[in-house]
Amino acid sequence: MLEALNITFGYQGAEPLFREFNLTVKRGERVALSAPSGFGKTTMCRILAGYLRPTAGQVLMGGAPLRMRGTCPVQLVMQHPELAVDPRSRMRDVLAEAGPADDALLERLGIAHAWLSRYPHELSGGELQRFCIARALMADPRFLIADEMTTMLDAFTQASIWHALLDEAARRNLGIVFVSHSPALTSRIATRIVNLESR
Amino acid sequence: MDLVRASRIASTSLDGVFNDGAPLRRVVAPSQGLGTPLATPKLRSAAEDACCEVWDAAPHNPHGGEAFHHHHSHADGSRHVHDHHLLNVEHLSVSFRMYDPDEPFFRAKRRLVNVIDDLSVSVHEGEILAIVGASGSGKTLLADAIMGLFEPNALVRGSVFFDGEPMDARRLAKVRGRGISFVPQSVANLDPLMKVGRQVQGFGRRGGTRAERVRKQRELFERYGLAPEVADMHPFELSGGMARRVLLCCALMESPKLIVADEPTPGLDLDLAVRAMDDFREFADAGGGVLLVTHDIELALRVADRIAVFQNGTVVEETAVASFASPDLLAHPFSRALWHALPEHGFTTISEDAANENPLAIPSTEKEFAVS
Repeated sequence: MLEALNITFGYQGAEPLFREFNLTVKRGERVALSAPSGFGKTTMCRILAGYLRPTAGQVLMGGAPLRMRGTCPVQLVMQHPELAVDPRSRMRDVLAEAGPADDALLERLGIAHAWLSRYPHELSGGELQRFCIARALMADPRFLIADEMTTMLDAFTQASIWHALLDEAARRNLGIVFVSHSPALTSRIATRIVNLESR
Repeated sequence: MDLVRASRIASTSLDGVFNDGAPLRRVVAPSQGLGTPLATPKLRSAAEDACCEVWDAAPHNPHGGEAFHHHHSHADGSRHVHDHHLLNVEHLSVSFRMYDPDEPFFRAKRRLVNVIDDLSVSVHEGEILAIVGASGSGKTLLADAIMGLFEPNALVRGSVFFDGEPMDARRLAKVRGRGISFVPQSVANLDPLMKVGRQVQGFGRRGGTRAERVRKQRELFERYGLAPEVADMHPFELSGGMARRVLLCCALMESPKLIVADEPTPGLDLDLAVRAMDDFREFADAGGGVLLVTHDIELALRVADRIAVFQNGTVVEETAVASFASPDLLAHPFSRALWHALPEHGFTTISEDAANENPLAIPSTEKEFAVS
């Protein structure tokens, strides 16, 4: 179980984005975070995945704080894949950050073998995002935070990636927290919708 | 019809490698036909010009009853002002020079990987052409080619005419921001060290005095729901959607003839995305042209006049917006697959095309061939 307890967070010199925010996600759940642009969806994703420390409150997984060593059991797939990979690493090395490559997983996500020897700028946004998803899954997470994961992708690839990810989630009993601006996609995927705005 | 088509096969190279610096409109003689693209180019004759004018001059029925010319159809409101297209891209191909990844390091030969192949699109004044298609099919490369932004190892061939003028790499760079505005795909295109208000205002005296530009920037920020204090922030302080809006404001700041928007809406909530689309529509109605590259078919359908479906580096279908009302109206299997994959239409990944069994398979145009 992933719990966010009484989270308060604000950037320096600005009003707090959240006060006393609570969220509990069970494994196997798919929770959509919804709010207009600029209300802190990405910030909340980063807090949940341990990238940011909240001003007050804490994030617990299975009753304990997120571990700071090794791979984090809560993995984040970021909104802009081009900013989430090292521009000077070949894609093979980008994947190696999460351990040895899992060929079956790469195939399910539609990653061509030839792409492994390319640099990030030689791939399209959608292709890069598949690498980011593969990297997150190879870290063997319990929870996956998907921040606008498929907005860079066309409808067809979006559907394929989500199908691949939902299969994977069912197999590993993953909990998913995701952000999407598409109401149609949200109603397809989500088992629960949490509105950040109303808090 | 065929004569016109054949006469437009120009061989201007855009990347400077083959460019001899003469921005002349060179064409292959019609008698040589399509089969001999390497024949010596000759200047377009007056007779051929006249021939084009016959096709282009008639109002409301620009192509003499033909649905297509220059590989495209027409929207109701669009027109050929001054007898030419606002933007005409013909026979564009983009390839990358790479070393063969399968060979050992020292023995690897250079190869050309072809990513866009013989692509032709046109944008008329007063219209929005939306380009939808699979990720990795070369949509962004098309936008970059029009903007004259080439990777160092790219080989770009074909012809681009902007406002009737043939363009080469240098001239494309020249109209960038002064005629063609660009909304880039990546928020990384913002200068990380400059306050965003200053970035939107821009520099120099183009487009009015400094005070006018500041006023216009404030208006745009207000229109897109960006608080006045946002102007004093740096890009890292912005959320994804805010950065998107800043990029949009940058493009609308200038008074371009053409906007090339590469994925302008991801990260924007529906209201803002619709507002951005409405602004594009307004811009087009005022006589501009918009080339909208997007994944968001729903949004594109809202405002676009025509939709070009892109797959594996070429346009597989160009159709009116109305055709997306039902899959039966779509001609190409890939367009239908896209329709079915929309979250509101089943979210399925069925493919009718047997050769396309695995939707995530490697695009088949990524054929590699050795460079001699």
